[in-house]
Amino acid sequence: MSVEPRLLEVRKNVLKQNDVVARALRERFRAQGTFVVSLVSSPGAGKTAFLEKTLTLLRPQYRVAALVGDLATQNDAIRLARSQAPVKQITTGTLCHLEAAMVERALDEWKTEGREIGDLDFLFIENVGNLVCPSSYDLGEDLRLVLLSVTEGEDKPLKYPTIFNSADVAVITKSDLAGAVDFDEETLKANIQAVRPGMRHFTVSAKTGEGLQEYLQFLRARLST
Amino acid sequence: MHELSIAMSIVEMAQEEAERREVRIDAVHMELGPLSGVVPEALLFSYEIACNGTVLEGSRLVIKEVPIEVYCPACKAQKTLTSMQWFCCPDCGAPTSEVLHGKELVITALEVRDERRAAPVGSA
Repeated sequence: MSVEPRLLEVRKNVLKQNDVVARALRERFRAQGTFVVSLVSSPGAGKTAFLEKTLTLLRPQYRVAALVGDLATQNDAIRLARSQAPVKQITTGTLCHLEAAMVERALDEWKTEGREIGDLDFLFIENVGNLVCPSSYDLGEDLRLVLLSVTEGEDKPLKYPTIFNSADVAVITKSDLAGAVDFDEETLKANIQAVRPGMRHFTVSAKTGEGLQEYLQFLRARLST
Repeated sequence: MHELSIAMSIVEMAQEEAERREVRIDAVHMELGPLSGVVPEALLFSYEIACNGTVLEGSRLVIKEVPIEVYCPACKAQKTLTSMQWFCCPDCGAPTSEVLHGKELVITALEVRDERRAAPVGSA
């Protein structure tokens, strides 16, 4: 005799655990007055160079720090530390993205090392280079930047619509190389608008400094709101 | 490829339900939206691996793919997107980024058998 199967209705968000931690982080950041910006892009789009410049330029006026995720090595943390801002590497091992719990753990470790996160104006979180997996995970950030370099092809937003949909602002990097690769900015802008109507974008070069002031102005304005 | 860790979360959540309700799970039903960032084929493959050695071994994952629904500000209505590359109203062409559905990554139902009633069968 076999027992008849029956259908039990449940409704459970699979990423609930991450979302709960992310929500707690967001509340914590808000209570402390820290504005949190995360950066996602494919590997090699220039996140670290862009972030190093961001930290260096903001540091004279603001209290800034950064968390940086990678599968392995401390290389990015060492590069970012040149900005003189506090930086912590999160190595994920084989994991292709950051999760809210990793951010929480890094902040706790920082605390035991004597750093007080509550004193920050800006915290930046550089995700693992990947345009697919990070889109599923909320990290408790206020603003998510998706970066893409001029060398990656104007159709990148069409190929990765999900990450563009999870992000708030697009940053087009390495504008100093635009001429060398016949970069067509209008086409890229149209493609960004196709997958995310109304999305704001900045075109920057960490090397020459082009576009950085406009982007920093935008960040400063967001902090004061 | 983050589908394996997602599959492990699904198995873990289903396992908790199975224990709490004292049932055996034949299948897990879920809804998956294209904007969840999860690929159905990769999730199905990962699910089998994640089930290995658990009480869910041999169970099925039934995925219902849900479309992207947006709010069209011009039509003032909910519309189904025809393409992920074109966030515009399929009827009037107005651009919109107000996503109502499509990010789902949700367990909706469990196909179960009653463990207590099933257990004594064949024990004679």
